[in-house]
Amino acid sequence: MIMAIPRYKLRKYIVSNILAWIIGIIWLIPFIGVLMASIRPYEEIVSGWWHFHPFTITLKNYINAFNHPMFPISQGLKNSLIIAIPSTIIPLIVAALAAYAFARYSFPIRHYLFAFIVFLMALPQQMTVVPLYFLLRNLHMLNTFRGLITVHSAWGLAWIIFFMRNYFSMLPTDVEEAARIDGATDFQIFYKIVLPMALPGLISAAILQFTWVWSDFFLALVFLQNPEKYVATQRLPLLRGQYFVDWGILTAASIMVMIVPLLVYALFQKYYISGMIGWSTEK
Amino acid sequence: MRRPKSLTPLFFLLPALVLMVPFVIYPVFKTIYLSFFLDGKFVGLENYKNVLLSSDIINLDRFPTKSPPWGALIHNIVWIAIHLPATVFLGLGIALLLRREEVKGSSIVKSIIFLGMVIPMIVGGLIIRFLFEEGAGVIPAIFKLLGIERLTITWTAYPETALFAAILGSIWIWTGFSMLMYSAGLASIPKDYYEAALIDGANKFQIFKNVTWPLLKPITVVVVAMTLLWDLKIFDVVYVATGGGPGGASMVLALQMWDYFARALNYNYAAVVAVLLTTLTLIPALWLIRRRE
Repeated sequence: MIMAIPRYKLRKYIVSNILAWIIGIIWLIPFIGVLMASIRPYEEIVSGWWHFHPFTITLKNYINAFNHPMFPISQGLKNSLIIAIPSTIIPLIVAALAAYAFARYSFPIRHYLFAFIVFLMALPQQMTVVPLYFLLRNLHMLNTFRGLITVHSAWGLAWIIFFMRNYFSMLPTDVEEAARIDGATDFQIFYKIVLPMALPGLISAAILQFTWVWSDFFLALVFLQNPEKYVATQRLPLLRGQYFVDWGILTAASIMVMIVPLLVYALFQKYYISGMIGWSTEK
Repeated sequence: MRRPKSLTPLFFLLPALVLMVPFVIYPVFKTIYLSFFLDGKFVGLENYKNVLLSSDIINLDRFPTKSPPWGALIHNIVWIAIHLPATVFLGLGIALLLRREEVKGSSIVKSIIFLGMVIPMIVGGLIIRFLFEEGAGVIPAIFKLLGIERLTITWTAYPETALFAAILGSIWIWTGFSMLMYSAGLASIPKDYYEAALIDGANKFQIFKNVTWPLLKPITVVVVAMTLLWDLKIFDVVYVATGGGPGGASMVLALQMWDYFARALNYNYAAVVAVLLTTLTLIPALWLIRRRE
């Protein structure tokens, strides 16, 4: 193929490819370093993982992080999953209902209410945690999974309502009108017609909400104080070791924590990307 | 748009309101309320005065002539001053480069750069610490190779470098976002626009200046606003990469709020920092909302 290309095009071809791949490699190097540090003994990486003699592969770091005596990542992964699954399903259902109201009905203060929800999307979590801390304590929900699940669910609503309203607004309404003429109730229309049509949007929202809850650190830090209940992200900074920073355990644990969102991204890339773009741009 | 006779929309909205009123909306107003009280007594703007005048937030004795700590607010501003232009232009540049037809495997490169957006920020922060660690990290090793001895140290451990290590690392994390948005934006520009410009004899720079850049403006608005929000809210990365230290040299507002709340147990000062942070996020948020309408 290259043979047929004139010289100036060939030069452009080579320059663009080299530049693109250098950038790609620069962005990849930190991940390679993490991988190297996680699969090799500490002595081999302490003066640089890019020295390959000797090169010993070991799973010791993974086992030590997984069964850490004080903050086992195994328990953290389990806790993260117990929290992330309901914290995805609950807000998705609740937000889809509300988003439908914004997309299809006109009611008083609708415009202001929606603007308020957009405002809430930009809100820093710091703005809510002090009163929430005392509220959850009074409700005996501090330091419980259901407490954190409630906070995550409520927090996720604003952006999912925004996202799903946009999605519903793009769907054609004639099927819904036809069903209404046939005597379907509003809820039946929503449940049997609109939700199935909006499935790609729901999947995108679920994937992003799941990875964000999984990746959350701040809310867990505030609301979970019992080390047994710590989620995976919360345990990571605690594994650093007593006398020196044990990069072997830290990187192995990092990989175990990030593998979940990475897998979600790899498996649902299309939904992930369209969710990411749709969440921030569509009107 | 249906105008219902019944309370149908309320029925659809009710579950969301039941969750949001006590767990999002009430806490927001309660935080504002708390910011005007100290030990249960109303003190007006006293807390704001004390927080804003404290060297935790703005330290004009050290900024800009001495090394950090400069105060959390100034650190956030420095963060924006470096991180915002860097990620916007890197993202745009990479998107333009990877769009070229001759680049092989551009979707792989794109995925690699986007990885920073997929991983938890706490992992991102840990990787930054690793990158800048003397001995085990790549960055000090590169400076050693270049013979710049001053930067062969563990960056996160020294006040002169800690903040900049976190900022540079956050460019690595966030560039994927702006690249993704610009890639999507570029893909939506019709090809005939370029063909027409070429027929008119425009050169590459003119095409970029007069066709690409103006058409990408809505994307740029979103990228700039979202980046500002991200920079203002930055927490996890700093928490794990430097802990805000040494001696507050890389403290940011979101972490300062946590510091007042969890370490100093001063809920009122924590509320003040939260209100300040929220006020700052309102600027890009309102800008974004108005641009959309």
